[in-house]
Amino acid sequence: MASNDLLTVQHLSTTFETPAGSVKAVDDVSLSLKAGSTMGLVGESGSGKTVLSRSIMRLITAGGATTTGSVLYRGEELLTKSSKEMQALWGAEMAMVFQDPMTSLNPVVRIGRQMIEHVQHHLGLSKADAVDAAVSLLRSAQIPEAEARLQAYPHELSGGMRQRVCIAIALACGPNMLFADEPTTALDVTVQHQILNLLAEQQRERNMTMILVTHDLGVVAGRTDEIAVMYAGRIVEKAPTDTLFASMRHPYTEALLRAIPKIDDPKQTKLSAIIGRPPDLINPPSGCAFSPRCPYVQPKCREEAPTLTPGESAGHEFACWNPVGSPEAEQAWQQNLEGGLLQTLAAAGKATATEEGATPVPVAANEAAQ
Amino acid sequence: MARVLGTRLLRLVATLFAVTFLSFLMTALLPGDPAVAVLGVEGVQNEELLLEVREELGLNDPIPVRYVNWLGRAVTGDLGESYINRGVPVAQTIQERIPVTAQLAVMAIIIALVLAIPLGVLGAYKESRWPDTASSAFAQIALSVPNFITGIFLIWLFSVTLRWLPASNWNRLGNGVVDNLKTSIMPATALAMTQMAIFSRLVRSDMIATLQENFVLAAKAKGLTDRFILLRHALRPSSLSLMTILGINFGALLGGTVVIETLFAIPGLGFRLINAISQRDIMVIQGITVFIAVVYVVINTVVDLLYAAVDPRIRRS
Ligand SMILES: Nc1ncnc2c1ncn2[C@@H]1O[C@H](COP(=O)(O)OP(=O)(O)OP(=O)(O)O)[C@@H](O)[C@H]1O
Ligand code: SF4
Ligand SMILES: [Mg+2]
Repeated sequence: MASNDLLTVQHLSTTFETPAGSVKAVDDVSLSLKAGSTMGLVGESGSGKTVLSRSIMRLITAGGATTTGSVLYRGEELLTKSSKEMQALWGAEMAMVFQDPMTSLNPVVRIGRQMIEHVQHHLGLSKADAVDAAVSLLRSAQIPEAEARLQAYPHELSGGMRQRVCIAIALACGPNMLFADEPTTALDVTVQHQILNLLAEQQRERNMTMILVTHDLGVVAGRTDEIAVMYAGRIVEKAPTDTLFASMRHPYTEALLRAIPKIDDPKQTKLSAIIGRPPDLINPPSGCAFSPRCPYVQPKCREEAPTLTPGESAGHEFACWNPVGSPEAEQAWQQNLEGGLLQTLAAAGKATATEEGATPVPVAANEAAQ
Repeated sequence: MARVLGTRLLRLVATLFAVTFLSFLMTALLPGDPAVAVLGVEGVQNEELLLEVREELGLNDPIPVRYVNWLGRAVTGDLGESYINRGVPVAQTIQERIPVTAQLAVMAIIIALVLAIPLGVLGAYKESRWPDTASSAFAQIALSVPNFITGIFLIWLFSVTLRWLPASNWNRLGNGVVDNLKTSIMPATALAMTQMAIFSRLVRSDMIATLQENFVLAAKAKGLTDRFILLRHALRPSSLSLMTILGINFGALLGGTVVIETLFAIPGLGFRLINAISQRDIMVIQGITVFIAVVYVVINTVVDLLYAAVDPRIRRS
């Protein structure tokens, strides 16, 4: 743990007790962020990205949830802070942009009040000063007619505008740490880019530390210093962004990369989408959680869960017995291909992957058609 | 907004026609001959006199004709005269008595709201924990105890035992606010308890749903205090069902305070209505029924319009 880390998370786990059993949504996650750096948190839906971000911020409100481990922010433990102490940090020191701008603004409260209430509360500004600050924030978030917008209700704005407002709200008190939880998932593709660029720009200008959550590796590619890939509540690979894209080692990361929509070749994308569904977190598979879907799976994978171990290059860690590119992986791949393992066939483009993962069809006919 | 108001007004007028006709029809169909009621026991013997009175009261006309005649006069404010207290206009009776009943109803609603909102909010905030259990139990009790029992209890406590408040002798508001409050606070409270129970349940359940909303978590993530979030963010979107019930119950209170009015000897509208029913005083029954129905409809229209004030999303449609 370097001393210039703003945030250090160690062995963080969050479990929900439900009638069906306990859901280990975040399982023994450790990570750290230097001040001013940006981390991309990537994984499929249900992999625990939201629960992890909220656990770090202490924003898990569900009854029956327990969070264990340690979250050090500027060297102070957050998990033991009182809710009053957290209230002083929330909004002021650390802020969050939520997944869905349609529902994260109060529909019956004018934008203006939603933008200034916490500024007045945290910074003690007068109403007039807070309004001025809000207007200039809206301008910097590229919202036209900023003054008029303050009088508007959320439903009067488009989705993209709302997310800009949410970003402005999150930035209003000048937080040092920002969690952006899939800030663009609910938006159109063109708007997505604008919003991501806005976030990146503000992050640079303010030298904020940021965790950018997404299920799309393409989103974090040019925008983060580091990437952590989550699967079934765990971090399965973590590396500086360049390293990750140059030499990813975890089969799941590889699968995610293949799943990035390729606009010029949509057929290819569909063929190589990941087979199957994320595992049941109440009764996770034994051994490696990715084993039911992994093209490189070997008997050992089903018996023993791999742990995060450092790779050759600095800051690169992954949890896999047969890391991509290794001789073991090569061998496993060949073996599975010959054995006709569906996920391997699909990854090799020799079967149709279905999102449901029910019955992938071997595609001799398909191949002939191409 | 003007167009919304316009269509609302049209709808209001249509509803008023239906409501007045139905109330008129139902009172006209009441069993018993109003002429007999007018003439008393000795009149019944006199067939000729009966016919004469029936003719005079217009009872021989078909009901639609009677309705149109009645409506024609009603829109000018003439609701006819009492059959029993001949010469006393029904409109005058209503005018005298409505302030009393309306005051009771308004006070009851206010008392109920003042208690119910904090209780409901607290119940939702501390869902399933002891403050919620306690406030639920309180509401349950308040709901299951009839008004008049609460009234009797209040009389026993404040009039008989403590001797703070008079149990009867209604003081009109015109006689001074304090004197009036002394006679109105107990009956209003007795009426309020049931309302309080209903309101607090509604606020609680709507609030529990609102507190699950993303924007509440977003408000929390801004570092706002729980109190601020509850009162400034969550309460307003949680008050739509409350407003609906408020309108309905206010109307119901106008006609439904009779037991309490009797208990506290209050010269209100409900009291008069029951009297009229027992005397078959059709004109008075009709007048009061239609009046209450009209107030009902008007209040509910106002509530509909208030929705838009509470939830700006409704303004669009
Ligand atoms: N309150 C809760 N009670 C029980 N389980 C929960 C609760 N909240 C989340 N979970 C479970 O935790 C797991 C992780 O959910 P999370 O929302 O963090 O996923 P995510 O990676 O953010 O997915 P998405 O991309 O869909 O937002 C899911 O399996 C979810 O069902
Ligand atoms: S190779 Fe084995 S350990 Fe590695 S991801 Fe696949 S199943 Fe898991
Ligand atoms: Mg999420």
